[in-house]
Amino acid sequence: METTQAAPIKYDMDVVRWFSIAAVIYFVVGTLIGVWIAAELAWPALNFIPEIAFGRLRPLHTNAVIFAFGGCTLMATGFYIVQRTGSTRLWSNGLAWFTFWGWNLIIVLAVITLPLGITQSKEYAELEWPIDILIAVVWLAFGLNYIMTIAIRKTSHIYVSNWFFMGMIVMITYLHVVNSLALPVSLTKSYSIFSGVQDAMIQWWWGHNAVGFYLTAGFLGIMYYFVPKQANRPVFSYRLSVLHFWTLMFGYVWLGAHHLQYTALPDWTGSLGAAISLAMIIPSWGGAMNGMMTLSGAWDRLRTDYILRFLVVALAFYAMSTFEGPVMSIKTVNALSHYTDWTIGHVHSGALGWVAMVSIGALYHLVKKLWNTEMYSDSLVNVHFWLSTIGTVVYIVAMWVSGIMQGLMWRDYDEYGTLTYTFVESVSAMHPYYAMRTIGGIIFNLGAWIMLYNVVMTVRQAGATRLAKAVTAQA
Amino acid sequence: MSDHDKIYSTKFQDKIERSTVLMFVVVAVILTFGGIVEIVPLFYLDRTMTHLSPDVKNKVGSKEISPIVWQRQPGQSLEDWKPGDGVRPYKPLELAGRDVYVREGCYLCHSQMIRPFRDEKDRYGPYSVSSESMYDHPFQWGSKRTGPDLARVGGKYSDEWHRSHLRYPREVVPESVMPNYVFLDNNKLDASKVKKSMQAMNSMPFYPAHYTEADIASAAGVEGKTEMDAMVAYLQSLGNHIKFTEGVNYRD
Repeated sequence: METTQAAPIKYDMDVVRWFSIAAVIYFVVGTLIGVWIAAELAWPALNFIPEIAFGRLRPLHTNAVIFAFGGCTLMATGFYIVQRTGSTRLWSNGLAWFTFWGWNLIIVLAVITLPLGITQSKEYAELEWPIDILIAVVWLAFGLNYIMTIAIRKTSHIYVSNWFFMGMIVMITYLHVVNSLALPVSLTKSYSIFSGVQDAMIQWWWGHNAVGFYLTAGFLGIMYYFVPKQANRPVFSYRLSVLHFWTLMFGYVWLGAHHLQYTALPDWTGSLGAAISLAMIIPSWGGAMNGMMTLSGAWDRLRTDYILRFLVVALAFYAMSTFEGPVMSIKTVNALSHYTDWTIGHVHSGALGWVAMVSIGALYHLVKKLWNTEMYSDSLVNVHFWLSTIGTVVYIVAMWVSGIMQGLMWRDYDEYGTLTYTFVESVSAMHPYYAMRTIGGIIFNLGAWIMLYNVVMTVRQAGATRLAKAVTAQA
Repeated sequence: MSDHDKIYSTKFQDKIERSTVLMFVVVAVILTFGGIVEIVPLFYLDRTMTHLSPDVKNKVGSKEISPIVWQRQPGQSLEDWKPGDGVRPYKPLELAGRDVYVREGCYLCHSQMIRPFRDEKDRYGPYSVSSESMYDHPFQWGSKRTGPDLARVGGKYSDEWHRSHLRYPREVVPESVMPNYVFLDNNKLDASKVKKSMQAMNSMPFYPAHYTEADIASAAGVEGKTEMDAMVAYLQSLGNHIKFTEGVNYRD
């Protein structure tokens, strides 16, 4: 580095700050709704009024955690990474603010419409057509800004995180547009133009790639920037990241069909989806190893660096759930696991263990950088870490046990060759696990509240310090 | 050679990494493969749909098995259809009930897709086939069974059982965790909305319902009925359209 430095690069960080704070708030809200609907399954009397009944709140929970929390995290980290790795400001700061307000407007509309039962009923794509159009516009604004910022970078090569973000932007556009094609009958009601088997395949092509691109590729982009930054080590292997990226881009798209094993979807499609799912262990574990090994030589820092702990545990959960997923896509396993809580457990090992943990790590890192300060309390970060880890483990263990139990009870025959259990016997057998899952969720949500408190205090402290400095400077 | 120009992987990879446009194009192309291979054929391969599948078609033609899709004769109304005549579009009241089913998110806890396993046959009935959901915009196969599968619930319980159960599920099944849907009794249906829905089903690019003018006019009959009536009618319509013959392979 030259000693005679030019003026430091100015970055557009205000919008990143706002997205970061929004992400933390939606994290608390999204997981809180999750706790509530978990409790509704354990104690059905909690379904007081239609607007908060399980069937209406569950889509709000998934939308809140995926698109509000996950989306704001992606946009905060994305706008940060693309500027820092390209040594450039955003292509358009104005468009970034449009993205911020547009995205939040969508979230507000989701909060209003979903409890009213305004839904297209496609999982993770429930929002009705006018909101879908708004999503497309705001998403394209985000994508255009992102890609144009890559284009005006001052560095020679595009950094690996940006590859993953670019993949996510393109694929989510394809998925959202095709899966949302519908015939409106009014402002609040439309019908999918597809039906039955084709509709199912398109929905799960979307459904699994919302996971594969939104919640995996995007968050791998986060991982490839924040793990090396926080560990202060270069990415373990550049070649592995090239392999990780292209195999993930090519392969993930095929996996949706494994959600429809043994259904009326033709056998070839489900089997093809399962075969590629199994092969996906290679890129997934390659990526997880790449992240983990980035820490080689810095493992001792895990003792003192709580933010790094979040990132490493996230990678461990990523490795675990990307092993579990392919296993569940094998037809014989799927025959047992499909329709049971095992699926919910698998989703949450990915969502709580991987997505949320890597987001939390990245957000803490961001808060420190953006407000140029230390965390208000490092020990609260540590408390948050343990609450998140314990909460996740309690949750997924409950769902594993209940899921496998359901699967086994449904298929059990007695010595006379008749079904051993009625369906409702399997429902009542789930009660203790649904209660346990609620407790796991409460523990996890408690961590989110602590994070919110810690972040608010950190920002206030940073403001106070800046003010004090300004006062001293004037005096 | 400065560090800047050193190639760490292949020449092509290096080229991609230096060009936003090239990376965008390569990514955009590679991401289409999976969807094209898995989705597009479902629109043209005959075997995807039970009623178009050659083996099944032959058996229907030679009267070995009952029809898969209802062959409506000119002049027949939806009321002339009888269970076992084959898959038909929803009647107005059923269609209204289906909207309620979607609105309340029933699909989040109830599947409508029976898999070809012995226990599912004993519990729910013959496995589901693709043509049974051809008029379902959107599909309601579901992904989770917190409650039982409903693909063949039609005709299994009386209307009165459904009403009591929907109102207060735990009064009928004490261990149930289903919310109470007693409020459906208070909500009246709007015939003009049902008509619009039927017209939408007619303008679908894939599997349109082909409702006649008379069918759509008959939607006037839902006026004054409640969402509870509609929901019960919808549930009672599920799964009895095709008369399945034991031992015949309906899926291949």
